[in-house]
Amino acid sequence: MSKMQIPLGPQHPALKEPENFMLVLDGEMIIDATVNLGYNHRGVEKAAENRNYIQDIYLIERICGICSHSHISCYINAVEEIAKVEVPQRAKAIRTIVAELERIHSHLLWLGVAAFELGYDTLFMYTWRDREQVLDCLELLTGNRVHYGINTIGGVRRDITKEQADEILKKIKYLHERTSYYVGVVTEEPTFLARTQNVGKLPKDVALELNAVGPTARASGIEIDVRKDEPYFIYDQLDFKVITYHSEDVFGRAVVRVLEVIESIKIIEQILKNLPEGPVSVKVGWKIGPGEAVFRYEAPRGEDIHYVKANGTEYPERVKVRAPTLANFQSLPYCLKNGYLADAVITIAAIDPCMSCTDRAVVYDIKKGKKEIFDWEELRKYSIEFYRKKGVKFS
Amino acid sequence: MMDVLIPVIYIAIFPGFVFLGIYSTIIQWVDRKLTAIMHNRVGPPIYQPIADFIKLISKEVIIPDNADVLMFKSLPYVAIASIIASILMIPVYSNNAIIKFQGDIIVVLYLLTIPTVTFFLAGWSSTSPYSTIGSMRVMTQLFGYEIPLFLSVAGPCIIAGSWSVSDIAKFFTEHPSYIFLNIPALISALLASQGKLERVPFDAPHAKNEVVGGQFTEYSGRLLALFLLSIDIEMIVLAAFINAVFLGGVFKFSGFLGFIIFIIKTFFVCLVFVLFKVAMARVRVDQVVKFSWKYLVSLSIFQIFLNLYIKLN
Repeated sequence: MSKMQIPLGPQHPALKEPENFMLVLDGEMIIDATVNLGYNHRGVEKAAENRNYIQDIYLIERICGICSHSHISCYINAVEEIAKVEVPQRAKAIRTIVAELERIHSHLLWLGVAAFELGYDTLFMYTWRDREQVLDCLELLTGNRVHYGINTIGGVRRDITKEQADEILKKIKYLHERTSYYVGVVTEEPTFLARTQNVGKLPKDVALELNAVGPTARASGIEIDVRKDEPYFIYDQLDFKVITYHSEDVFGRAVVRVLEVIESIKIIEQILKNLPEGPVSVKVGWKIGPGEAVFRYEAPRGEDIHYVKANGTEYPERVKVRAPTLANFQSLPYCLKNGYLADAVITIAAIDPCMSCTDRAVVYDIKKGKKEIFDWEELRKYSIEFYRKKGVKFS
Repeated sequence: MMDVLIPVIYIAIFPGFVFLGIYSTIIQWVDRKLTAIMHNRVGPPIYQPIADFIKLISKEVIIPDNADVLMFKSLPYVAIASIIASILMIPVYSNNAIIKFQGDIIVVLYLLTIPTVTFFLAGWSSTSPYSTIGSMRVMTQLFGYEIPLFLSVAGPCIIAGSWSVSDIAKFFTEHPSYIFLNIPALISALLASQGKLERVPFDAPHAKNEVVGGQFTEYSGRLLALFLLSIDIEMIVLAAFINAVFLGGVFKFSGFLGFIIFIIKTFFVCLVFVLFKVAMARVRVDQVVKFSWKYLVSLSIFQIFLNLYIKLN
């Protein structure tokens, strides 16, 4: 059998979002892999510069549908650092609860996706059913299931009542029970083990070299977690472990994620049992800065970094987002190489990629050899022209 | 006149195409509904398989430019014809099959292998990368499960002293206790047929999130509908085959009562297929082959030696 190049994506049943992986195959073995980014550029960073800080909250929350709270918390913390605002303890506690609920929902969602990639539909259906409980909690707490909209500059927009706390504790208890069952499934089910053990190997030194973050790095035995390394919110007052695993493969990533769900449940219980009293927000003016700040935040997928530069007006001068998927993408070609084609999808899914968070665009003219960065109006004009040339009419 | 008409009825209506077509849609619904219930979902309504079939039939057939048109078009018919031919040698309403001779069990196994070969050719003649990989997997997997299936069938043949499906069914009707003797071979045969039907855990050839549609990627419309129907019918035929070879067919009953027993027993075999499907994740092709040769083959060979020992004493 001669070498064959097959495209995995941008349109492929295994990928939830458009991204392209070119795999060079020798029979069923992958001998080379390349990751091609850039199918899902949305111009969020540029759009953020043309909106004021409050409008940006709603824009940046929509960078991702799964870790929406992560992105917005990261941005807001950076803005608060520039504005030198001291956020009340109760607001920080509520932000932490939402963050941990989000981590539970993201990891359960990931377990379902991984099970689906392995053709294990039963586990997929089970985890997504139980994930509804977390979404219910989030809805109860914030009023929304996906884009919570609870953060605002200087605090949170809703307080948490005693009844809500009790209801969440009840649901969390059920989730604890179910997650313990999933720990059993992940670590004992023979076909699951056969498909995940020794698949997508990423040794510790390579993971460090390629800047892996989040559960991908922790499954390679690297103890990296912003919640411990550089505590934000009220994480420094909480008792929790950083879950690591030594197996350096997809199985390890699954174990780390499932055990992290249990840690998150413990964190939520701790906070809800002694919630700090006080106000939930402080007033912050429209104009912020001048100044700049970088904030690191442990999103469910890994370390999320936001950079905000303020110039003293109500609009930010620059917002830069580094989503965790971008960091983890560097390790993907290494993981894919020398694996089977059948394992490619689970290896890709194991970093829990979120393509639309990651994609950026810079126009690079090869002939002239110059880089061009558009501003918002030009970008809009360019996109309208682009589609008009293709025959799409805007009425 | 009747001499001509009766075989036509056998092939076209009962137990041939029409009966198998209707029964397979019902079993497909049962399969989907039970899977849904075990997944904690609602599942489709009873007419869903028929609706799917009609929808596919009415869609446009697209043939790739590079494909061999004649082969591409004729393969689904070959698959379905060989499966329907094999039901004539398997007992349905009594323990006497319509065609019966020494060695018909080998013909049945041979006819049941033809669909797999057509799947391979279907993928290979479509010439797209995904279907090429799918068809390679079909072939690799074939060497995995086919041998344990053949070997597991040899056990009951030895104990019954016959190479005819009907005779084996009759033997087990007369000596029902021997049914329990053949449980290792039964397990091996059930798992091997899961591979033959390309169902989870052995559905790697057309795993949708690895190779899109596998060997059927380029198929559409009527031709795809026939391929899918042939897999559904194959499930019934395999259930009937396992019922006859391992579980004593329809016992002493015949006529309408025998038919009811047949329906009930094949239904339960299909239920086992569903349980396998729900309980496991998909395994890789190399793991399929390894698993088959390591466990299923040794289980079947153990059965052969056990049966030989009992037969000789």
